[in-house]
Amino acid sequence: MLKATLKTKRLHSTQSVSDTPHLPQLSREVKFTVHTKTTLSSFQKPEFSVPRQHEDFIWLHDTLVETEDYAGLIIPPAPPKPDFEGPREKMHKLGEGEATMTKEEYTKMKQELEAEYLAVFKKTVQVHEIFLQRLSSHPILNKDRNFQIFLEYDQDLSVRRKNAKEMFGGFFKNMVKSADEVLISGVKEVDDFFEQEKTFLLDYYSKIKDSTAKAEKMTRSHKNIADDYIRISATLNSLSSDDSTANKKHLEKMSDLFEKLRKVEGRVASDQELKLTELLRYYMRDIQAAKDLLYRRARALADYENSNKALDKARLKSKDIPQAEEHQQQCLQKFDKLSESGKKELTSFKGRRVVAFRKNLIEMAELEIKHAKVRSSIQLYYICFIMCTNELQYAWGICKILCEQI
Amino acid sequence: MLFFKYLNVCSINKLTLIFTGSTSKSEDTDPPLDDETGSKVEQAKETSTDPIINITGDLPASDTQQPPTTNKIADPLLDLFSDTPAVDAKKPIQPIPDLFEDEGSDLFTEPRQTKPAKQPQKSLFGEPDEDLFAEPLGATSKKTISQEPKTVTPKPSGDGGDKGANQREPADIFTEEAVITAPTVSKTPGATSKTNGVHSEEDTDIFAEATVELSLDSPHNERKKDMTAKPSASAPSLAAAAAAASLTKPQSAALEETTLPMFRTKTFTVRRRFSDFLGLYEKLSEKHGPNGFIVPPPPEKSILGMTKVKVGKEDSSSTDFVERRRGALERYLQRVVNHPSLIQDPDVREFLEREELPRAVNTQALSGAGFLKMINKATDAVSKMTIKMNESDVWFEEKLQEVEAADQLFRKLHTLVESLVVHRKELSLNTASFAKSAAMLGSAEDNTALSRALSQLAEVEDKMEQLHQEQAANDTFSFAELIADFIRLLGAVRGSFDHRMKAWQRWQDAQSMLQKKRETEAKLLWANKPDKLQLAKEEIVEWEAKVTQYERDFERVSATVRKEVIRFEKERTKNFKRQIIKYMESLLQSQQQVKCFYSSLGMKKTM
Repeated sequence: MLKATLKTKRLHSTQSVSDTPHLPQLSREVKFTVHTKTTLSSFQKPEFSVPRQHEDFIWLHDTLVETEDYAGLIIPPAPPKPDFEGPREKMHKLGEGEATMTKEEYTKMKQELEAEYLAVFKKTVQVHEIFLQRLSSHPILNKDRNFQIFLEYDQDLSVRRKNAKEMFGGFFKNMVKSADEVLISGVKEVDDFFEQEKTFLLDYYSKIKDSTAKAEKMTRSHKNIADDYIRISATLNSLSSDDSTANKKHLEKMSDLFEKLRKVEGRVASDQELKLTELLRYYMRDIQAAKDLLYRRARALADYENSNKALDKARLKSKDIPQAEEHQQQCLQKFDKLSESGKKELTSFKGRRVVAFRKNLIEMAELEIKHAKVRSSIQLYYICFIMCTNELQYAWGICKILCEQI
Repeated sequence: MLFFKYLNVCSINKLTLIFTGSTSKSEDTDPPLDDETGSKVEQAKETSTDPIINITGDLPASDTQQPPTTNKIADPLLDLFSDTPAVDAKKPIQPIPDLFEDEGSDLFTEPRQTKPAKQPQKSLFGEPDEDLFAEPLGATSKKTISQEPKTVTPKPSGDGGDKGANQREPADIFTEEAVITAPTVSKTPGATSKTNGVHSEEDTDIFAEATVELSLDSPHNERKKDMTAKPSASAPSLAAAAAAASLTKPQSAALEETTLPMFRTKTFTVRRRFSDFLGLYEKLSEKHGPNGFIVPPPPEKSILGMTKVKVGKEDSSSTDFVERRRGALERYLQRVVNHPSLIQDPDVREFLEREELPRAVNTQALSGAGFLKMINKATDAVSKMTIKMNESDVWFEEKLQEVEAADQLFRKLHTLVESLVVHRKELSLNTASFAKSAAMLGSAEDNTALSRALSQLAEVEDKMEQLHQEQAANDTFSFAELIADFIRLLGAVRGSFDHRMKAWQRWQDAQSMLQKKRETEAKLLWANKPDKLQLAKEEIVEWEAKVTQYERDFERVSATVRKEVIRFEKERTKNFKRQIIKYMESLLQSQQQVKCFYSSLGMKKTM
């Protein structure tokens, strides 16, 4: 049994004296703490923690991908780099617009910004954790030596970041791969299962990529609205403080209303993001990994067929027949192994996907309902407040709210 | 949902609470005023409900049933009907609603005179009923006329195409709605039933307020009630329905109903252009502004908006623009008629009543008058800066500061709300595209249960998109427009303060002039020139009179300004509260719907 959990702490710049959180400029600055609990004997201690950085995760992923033995497995997708671009931009805008806002507004927007930053943080941690957990729950991958090193080695892994050449090489490899993919999709597929899977996955991938993008835009609009609410609330507040007539009460109430509403809106936006957008994003990457598996298998098939042709040629020329035969045997073996494990992997992948979708969608719907309830009760409350001209009406309004909650 | 009913009921109750007093009062005064008409009113009320049912029911159907039903109506009316047998069958309707306002004999004479001959009015009356039954949102008037089987009179060709001309006879609506609540004639479009509750009260209540209605496409009838202190029968009630925006030029029709004795008829419709509204404002501000009255300002000219409409761009921005303008004009007129002094102005009456107004050319931007106005404004601004008023009354100073601060903040709020609207519209767009994408994903999914769930998600998101659209529209019309109105009003308040300052300046100038004259007199006295002395003495007397007059003017203006500001604040509070509640109610409603949508998703997810 191997259980890995992930904690993280921010790297605080010692020079900053302000209370603003120091937004990490580089992913290097985000430090994760990987905490492992295990009963396996292959580890030295039953429980241990190591500090890790994002690059280390990428290194682990890449080594796994490059290992030939795992060609028949779906390697869990690498976690994306921690992306603080959004909050950082907002921080910048906030700094620029500070002069035009009241102090209150500024504080509130800063709070909102910090909340957003925290949300991104949480998301990052979650994604990295899921990566490790999938590795540790996979019967074959969790025995990988590199994985164990990753978990155990308490010194800095000093993972050499890819230098320019390697980056370029990687880029080139990707290009070749996609060109290959096109070629290989022309290869005739013998197995129906894989044929189906291929068409399904390709189609599904493009659709889910589209959905992810649209969901992202949607959640961003939601966030914009929440921000607008903040500013409206602040302006109403200043209006009410200036006002000396009976209007004052109304304006105050309205400002409060917007303040509360924006909290709810913000939460709706982030919930939607977590449940829906993240779900789609993750499975988009997962499907890419599955596609990679298919690719590798198709590559093996192509190799096998090539080796067959080579064998025939060798037989014709009566030269190097044993090598060709051996080569062919190897290819065949590899291909069979890939096919077998591939089938298993893909089937389990499908099941996993359905379960995850179901869970997340249900949770999202529940959250939306909860938020709608909260919003309506808030609004009910404020309507009563504004409307009530005497105690009786006020009490009546409260009763209504309680009834609504039931 | 229960709560909504409560809310609606509550607001209605409030209305009736205020007005039961006046109702009983007016009802008491009715019979003594004119016994026969009083009884006829009652009678007519009862009997006319039936014919009205039939009539309105028949309107889309056939003419034939009209004559027998109208016979049920009280005798005096029969004369009318027999008088106009050949005329458009709808005419009989016109006197009936008039009965509900009980100005006696005028009723019977006026409609006969005014109604038959007036082509535009006829066709206009034709349209309201038409509109009541078929909801011609955005339909051109030509279309509505063609649909209307009864229209005998051709629409005056000069009108151009009215976009959704929806001139309506409120009285018709009132009676109709009162009626409809009973026999549930389902001919009215849904929107009028919204105002059902309110209108049915108005039937029984003799209107205690001036109401102005401008309706464009949708059959909104905004009725507001104010108390007026008219001792005679019923308080004035004006309902103006205006439909704006033909394709060629903005037309507005103001349909009014009133019981004020100063008006000739009870219910009337007139067509007005946007420039007419501006012209009215110019006239009123010239006449009353200097006296310290706060003249409500109309919406501004917008070249961009109108060009878009004229070009015929059929997108939402032009309909938005037209709707905004219509609402603003309606509120503008409502404020004008609510103002106790402004309503007395003959210009206002003329605006409301007269068939054809002379074209208000001096409102055009690029005319001679326009330039003159601009120059005047510039000189005013300069003089404002140079006048340093000795403020004796600290109340005014405080108020002015308040107004200015509020103005700034409201402007800021306005931009914020506009950006909120933009974002919400964005959200609805994005939600729509996400819905489509989710639907495609669902179709690509091979697991059937998940596929079904995904397509349901797509449906829910689609509905959410609708919701967001509505919410954005609501934000615009209840909230942003309200704020824009306030900003304009605050500008008008500022204007009245400026006028007061001008009055003060005049007074000061007169005083200094008087001083000069006195000095001249002293000099002449000393130089001993008797003939010029006489002149100087006369001038002094003249200037003394002027000084006293200007001083009195100033006092008067100050008092008026003070009164106006107080009244303005009270009105503002009331309006604001009402609007906020409406806005929040709609927010609430949309939340309920969100809840419903997502619950439907959740329930089906028992896979």
